[in-house]
Amino acid sequence: MQQITMGQAIQQALAEEMRRDDSVFLAGEGIGVGIHESPVMPTFGLLREFGPARVKDTPVSEAAIAGLAVGASVMGLRPVVEVMFNPFFTLASDQIVNHAAKLRYLSGGKSSFPLVVRVKTGAGFGAGCQHSHNLEAWVAHCPGLKVVMPGTAADAKGLLKAAIRDDNPVIFIEDMGLFFFPSPVPEGDYTIPIGVADIKKPGRDVTVVTWSKMLGVAFKAAAALGQEGIDVEILDLRTLLPLDKEAVIKSVQKTGRLVVLHEATRTGGFGGEVAALAAEEAFSYLKAPVKRVTAPDIPVPFSPPLEKFYIPNENQLIEAVKSIVV
Amino acid sequence: MDQKKLMLYQNMLFIRRFEEKLTELCKIEGKLPGMVILCTGQEAVAAGVCGALEKEDVIISNHRSHGHLLAKGADANALMAEIFGKVTGCNKGKSGTLHIAAPEVNALCTTTVVGGGIPIAVGTAFAQQYKKSESVTVCFFGDGSADEGSFHESLNMAALWDLPVIFVCENNVYSGAQRMEEHTKVKDIATRAQGYGMPGVVVDGNDAEAVLKATEEARRRCLAGEGPTLIECKTYRWRGHGEADHQAYQPKDEIAMWMERCPIKKIEKELLSEGVITREDITALEDSITIIVEDAVRFAEESPLPDPLEALDDVYI
Ligand SMILES: Cc1ncc(C[n+]2csc(CCOP(=O)(O)OP(=O)(O)O)c2C)c(N)n1
Ligand SMILES: [Mg+2]
Repeated sequence: MQQITMGQAIQQALAEEMRRDDSVFLAGEGIGVGIHESPVMPTFGLLREFGPARVKDTPVSEAAIAGLAVGASVMGLRPVVEVMFNPFFTLASDQIVNHAAKLRYLSGGKSSFPLVVRVKTGAGFGAGCQHSHNLEAWVAHCPGLKVVMPGTAADAKGLLKAAIRDDNPVIFIEDMGLFFFPSPVPEGDYTIPIGVADIKKPGRDVTVVTWSKMLGVAFKAAAALGQEGIDVEILDLRTLLPLDKEAVIKSVQKTGRLVVLHEATRTGGFGGEVAALAAEEAFSYLKAPVKRVTAPDIPVPFSPPLEKFYIPNENQLIEAVKSIVV
Repeated sequence: MDQKKLMLYQNMLFIRRFEEKLTELCKIEGKLPGMVILCTGQEAVAAGVCGALEKEDVIISNHRSHGHLLAKGADANALMAEIFGKVTGCNKGKSGTLHIAAPEVNALCTTTVVGGGIPIAVGTAFAQQYKKSESVTVCFFGDGSADEGSFHESLNMAALWDLPVIFVCENNVYSGAQRMEEHTKVKDIATRAQGYGMPGVVVDGNDAEAVLKATEEARRRCLAGEGPTLIECKTYRWRGHGEADHQAYQPKDEIAMWMERCPIKKIEKELLSEGVITREDITALEDSITIIVEDAVRFAEESPLPDPLEALDDVYI
């Protein structure tokens, strides 16, 4: 199997979908000619292959970029637009939250908006809080959207293809921390269904529900805990909306313990939703309180020791697991 | 005027040397965390605009802020320490280079969200008008920022209410990797002012005196209750968007052409030929600037990093 990074996997998904379907086009800031021309960036080489009619470099105009996607999609095109960094999503949010998510409903089901908004995210780059801010819980709070957040390159490719083929608006959130490290990715065409979580590591004693970059943290903690005889099950949500409730409940029924791990801040984070699900629908199976491992409730600070403090790590996860596994 | 001109020269030279030091530091692996975004070649805008301002005047800055802050009088040590991520930095290491605020010199809000500062400038100018204070707001932003909706909403509202705000568009030809003609149809951003009912002025952004004069006139208008002005300063970004940018999209001869038009060399030549300064004065000035910059670097290097738990401070009062 090919060993490629998540950036390259996304690039393959985009290129393959564009070859397959003429109605797919891309728009965003610096997606054609960017500041950093690097093969690990998701839109590398696409302008060269598909030309400026299908790969649209846009002005710095997030509201118009998002609106472009809404309008073009209702006309039957399949836009894949990019929001450079998650915090700039706020500028695009009117078109996404008030329009993409609601216009089908408002049309009484007559219209559809098959668009994808790719959003780059993640702390760890020393860029500070106006470039790094994981806002997935915001979008997951908008019925009418689907929210996908892959944690591996292989998942990213299959999920992005599914997102492009989906007839609903999909917010596809990519952690840049995953762009640079190669992992095995199947060649050619395949899709991974949206709304289906994946057990990345089966285990007996405790369920760790996570997504995106934190998957790596979960694996590190699971390896260390395994040494001490604690068998961790890692459930990668992959999609936040629609949430694969059954997968969460089933895993909790099996292990009886749940820790939710995410990079976003704690209060109002999506971890609360997962915890509530366990409390409502698997309460009698729980042998211990549900724990969350998250960033503290602060903006992402700049200085390296502060930013390191912000990002959840395997030690915190290990501690949380041990606090409920006796 | 000679004294003012000399001050413009000194301020520009200081900004240049301060940032050249950063360029040098960026080459040392692991020295400076995160992105470093410089205004090399654009110093006349910062110096010219701030040269027309009083201490109580407010500036709102963007991601390319070092020149604005230094010209407004921000402390070089604290600025350098912030860029290093040290606890002694202007913002205790919370900000880094991208959004440095120096409220002590009325550099109140610096934002790296493109166009994010423009509506804020409407707010600070509103407060100045409301309090009947004899001060104005300057908002610095790039040519790319004029593509954001915030620019259009803000100019309209500021003009409607005759707010004492000067919108300074620093047109350095590029928005990211896009040339001006790749991101907007208009040749002069200043022409947009007309659509909102305020004067739009184009000035040579490499001529510090011209920038100063345009700002003085805009400030006079503000204080006379005549409302905002949009000043477009035509200049050029010598370096990449940030220091990690290899400038593949910037033609070499274009960079060379603009380096020929160096705003500092221009004013230096004039000051020499007008007999305001001598070669010896320049050497002395260079020496004193070197000392200040070296001191700032030493201060930053010797300062401690913040304690991790300090991450939790300053979210609320
Ligand atoms: C809302 C938003 N969108 C995109 C970016 C990424 N970005 C940072 S600077 C920049 C270009 C801005 O160009 P301009 O306003 O001309 O300022 P310059 O960098 O040339 O000084 C872009 C697109 C951002 N910081 N904020
Ligand atoms: Mg620019």
